[in-house]
Order: sequence, then C-alpha cells, then structure tokens
Amino acid sequence: MIQVNELTKRYGNFKAVDNISFNLRKGEILGFLGPNGAGKTTTMRIITGYLSATQGKVSVAGYDIFDKPLEVKKEIGYLPETPPLYREMRVRDFLNFAGKIRGLNSARQRRQRLQYVVERCSLEEVQNLHIHKLSKGYRQRVGLAQALIHNPPILILDEPSAGLDPHQIIGVRQLIRQLSGEHSILLSTHILPEASLTCDRVLIIDRGKILAEDTTEHLTGKLKGHDMVRILVRGGGPELEKRIKALPGVQKVAEMTNEGQPKDAPRQFDISYALGRDRRGELARALVEADVELLELRPQAMTLEEIFIKITSKVDN
Amino acid sequence: MRNIISIFWREYKSYFASPIAYVVIGVFLILISNRFIYKFNDFVKFTFQATGEAVNYQMLVPKFSINDSVIRYIFQEIRTISLFLLPMITMRLFAEERKTGTLELLLTSPLTIAQLVLGKFLAGFILFLTMIVPTVAFHFFLFQYGNPDLGPILTGYAGTIFYGASVISVGILISSVTENQIIAGALTFGAFLFLWIVGRVGESTFTFWNRLANYISVTGHFDNFAMGILDSRDVIFYLSLTFFGLFLTYQVVASLRWR
Repeated sequence: MIQVNELTKRYGNFKAVDNISFNLRKGEILGFLGPNGAGKTTTMRIITGYLSATQGKVSVAGYDIFDKPLEVKKEIGYLPETPPLYREMRVRDFLNFAGKIRGLNSARQRRQRLQYVVERCSLEEVQNLHIHKLSKGYRQRVGLAQALIHNPPILILDEPSAGLDPHQIIGVRQLIRQLSGEHSILLSTHILPEASLTCDRVLIIDRGKILAEDTTEHLTGKLKGHDMVRILVRGGGPELEKRIKALPGVQKVAEMTNEGQPKDAPRQFDISYALGRDRRGELARALVEADVELLELRPQAMTLEEIFIKITSKVDN
Repeated sequence: MRNIISIFWREYKSYFASPIAYVVIGVFLILISNRFIYKFNDFVKFTFQATGEAVNYQMLVPKFSINDSVIRYIFQEIRTISLFLLPMITMRLFAEERKTGTLELLLTSPLTIAQLVLGKFLAGFILFLTMIVPTVAFHFFLFQYGNPDLGPILTGYAGTIFYGASVISVGILISSVTENQIIAGALTFGAFLFLWIVGRVGESTFTFWNRLANYISVTGHFDNFAMGILDSRDVIFYLSLTFFGLFLTYQVVASLRWR
C-alpha cells in the first residue's frame, strides 16, 4: 500500500531521515519503533504530504506522492502526534467538517460514516460536547475518528497512545487491532511493548536510519542468544545457587534477592540456558528434590527493550 | 468550490463561537452609530441656523447637501474604524492553525492550497460585510427624512468593499507568516497605519515621492469613492492589492512544506 524508496529528509545540515526504504503491505499493522527524535514523525509527515522530501520516492496506493498529492491524501487517514482539533467545535460538527474536506460529498454519506466512527471510537457520550471540554483520552479518540471518517484504506497514526492512562491505552490498542482487518496501518511508538502487542511487523528506527525490520517474533528470536527462566523459591540455603548451576545446560545463575532480607522471604533467581531444549521440567524436579518450596517458575522472553538496547548499541560499536 | 465553502463556513462559524465576532461587530456599531448621530445632529443644527439667518436677512434659503456633510463623512469613519478592527479579524486565520496544529489536518486533506486560502479570505471578508451591513440603516433613515443622492452611497459601499478586501488579504498574508496571533495582528495594524500616514505626506506637494506616497496610500484611494467618484485607478489599486496579498499567502503556505 505504501512504498518508500531511499527517502531522505534534511533540515539544514541535520539528516532527520537518512535513506530509508520500506513498504506497508495490505491489511497489516506496521510499527515504527524508535526513541523520540528518531525520524518517525518526519517520515509520516512526508508520506501524508505535509512535508516535502529532500530525496527519494514515496508511492501510496500506486500514486506518487509528489506527482499526485490529492489522490494520495484521499487514500490516507492521518492522526498526527497532537490530534488536530478545533477546540471551539462540537465533536459531531468537527467530524462532519473533517468528512467534508476529505471528500465525503453527500450529506447522507457523511451521516452514515459519522454514525460509524462515533460507535467505533466510543464517542456516543461526548458527541455533542465542545472539544475543549474533553479529556485527553477522548481527544485522542476524536483524533482517531477524524482519521477514519472517510474510510481510508490506509491509516497513519503517530503515537496513538501517547499521553493516555493505562486503561485508555488498552482501549486504543484494541481498537487499532480491530481496524487492521479493513485498513492497512502504519503506527509509530516509542513504547516497545506496544509495538510487540499491536504490530504484525516492526521497523526499528534510530537517528533517521532503519536498524531492523521483521516480525516481532522473529526479531526476538534473532537477537537472543539464550533462554531464560525466572524462579521464585523459599528455603534451600546458601548452596542452592551452586546446585542449580550444576544442572545440565545451565549457563548462568543470578540471585536477585536483596541482602539482609528475612530468612524465610522468597528468593528470586534468573537462570540462563543455552538455546534449544526446554529444561523447565528438569529444573522443577531438581528443585523439589532439593526440598525447596517452588513458588513460581516463569520463562522470560527477551523484551523489546532489551532487543532495542542490543540493536542500538551494536550500531554504536 | 465545495471545499472553499467548507473551509469558509467552518471559519465563519468559529468567529461566532468565540467572542471575536460579537466584540468586533459590537464595537464597530457603537462607534459608527455614535459618529452618525453626532454628524447628523450637527447637520440639522447647521441647516436650521443657516435657514433662520437667511430668512432674517431676507435672502434665498441655500440648499444643503446631506451627501457632502454626512454620508461622505460616515464612509470615511467606516474606513478608519475598520482599519483598527480588521486586524482582529484576520490575525487568527492562519496563525492560530499553525499554532494548534490544525493546519496539519488541512494540509494533509485532499484540498488545494488555493481553496484553503480563498476559503479563509472569504470568511474574513463575509464577516467584514456582516459588520458593515447594519450601517445601511443610516441611509434608510436619511431617505426617510431627506432626499440624499443614491449614487455616492453606492460608490461609498463599493469603495468600502474594495478597501476591506485589500486589508483582509494583506492581513491573511501576515497571519500566514507567523504562529503568533498578537504579532500577526500588530503587524497588520502597523502596515495599514503606515499606508495611511503615507497618504498624509502625499497630500501637499507634487514631487515624485509625494505622488508615490499618494499612490500607495490605501486610505487616499478611498476618498474618491466616498465622494461618489468611481475611478478605475482606485478599483485597480484595491483589486491588485487584494490579489497580491492572496497570491503571496498562497506562496507562504505552499512553502511550509519545504521547511
């Protein structure tokens, strides 16, 4: 749906986006992951036609963004980082206006779409309020509704969950997942779990460059050199760490317990294995045989945080 | 055209959603009515006096032109008061959208920049018309009790419309170059005050500079209209200033992409 080829954007001498290429496939959610200032917003603004590119080619739904900007803009629903809302308008009036300028010409069509987006974004309660009276969470949803109003095949969402409380974040993520059936979605975030939860594919971007591109599972798989298990036990005495280390396949054991805590408090160990066979069964048996109370045993997948730190530090070196 | 109307209508309504429209129109009507009543009273007093004297000295009662002593003056007052109020109408048009980020919505929607600029111009312009339309009541009143000449009233309104359009287009231009409404308003006001003062310089002598000053004076071109003279030079002056302002606004907004 979107093809970006060797795109570069300079602000003076500063390269905000440096020769990046990627594409968005039909029906998928592509996550743009990177720290603040990585070039995510700039790239999105170029795709939506808000900024010009210094070099490179972008085509959206088959139209070149530089030759046919109006056609491209019809295909895209865009939620900028700060939702662009007219504070003095009522929610319904605003969405109606957004529909008009996005090319929904008949009033009947607008009414239908309005009804649909109000339901989809759960705005029923606030649809007749003025936007300046809305909470941040509702504003973000109105922003999303305005991006959806003309039923665009492509959605571009710049940090859709920024500034929301945890409950609202879950709501927005669910909504995005629901939308992915009908729309191809490009979203940006600097929150790593968000990318792994919502996206089918992730682009990791830093300082204007794409560092990695893959599905979230593959990325995790590629980068980790070991499996890790975290256990919580009670008892076992000081020699427990050595005992665990002696088990087959264990590479590293680290006790995470604090010094000087009460004797019968739970102790936590992080145990690293070589990649390969699942050793959890053996571990559990060994612990029970050692007369230790096993309270918890949990495999630790490498989080995107760790992946991200690993990738970015690789580049530095 | 549809897009222009959508932009225009949203903008026009938002003037009335905030106090701006009410304040600007209210202040304008209070001031202009005050001037009208004052000038009209003057005229009535003067004609009574002059008629009385003429009768006393057994002379012919002279004819008094209400066009020359009231109507012309009222148009000049409309011009002066608008000069102070129009920047308040135009200053927000682009500056506010740039500041709140809603310009991003407009520029990523399938609109052309020309549609956007024209829609906004139209909003300011129609608000200006809304502001001056009630002054028509003055003329109704004068027709009721006297017999003014209709021609100068029509050219007076034509002049007011041309003048308003040019001030608004330059105001939009200045609003498009900054994110700060106050700066936009102050610069617009300053620019037009300058073009007014320049006219004063040009009044007395006939050197090249004085004639130039006279030509670029926005207020100077207005006097002919107020006197009932429709001169193509004045029309062309205002129309080209309007076009120039809108054209440059187009260029400024288009250039925002190239930051």
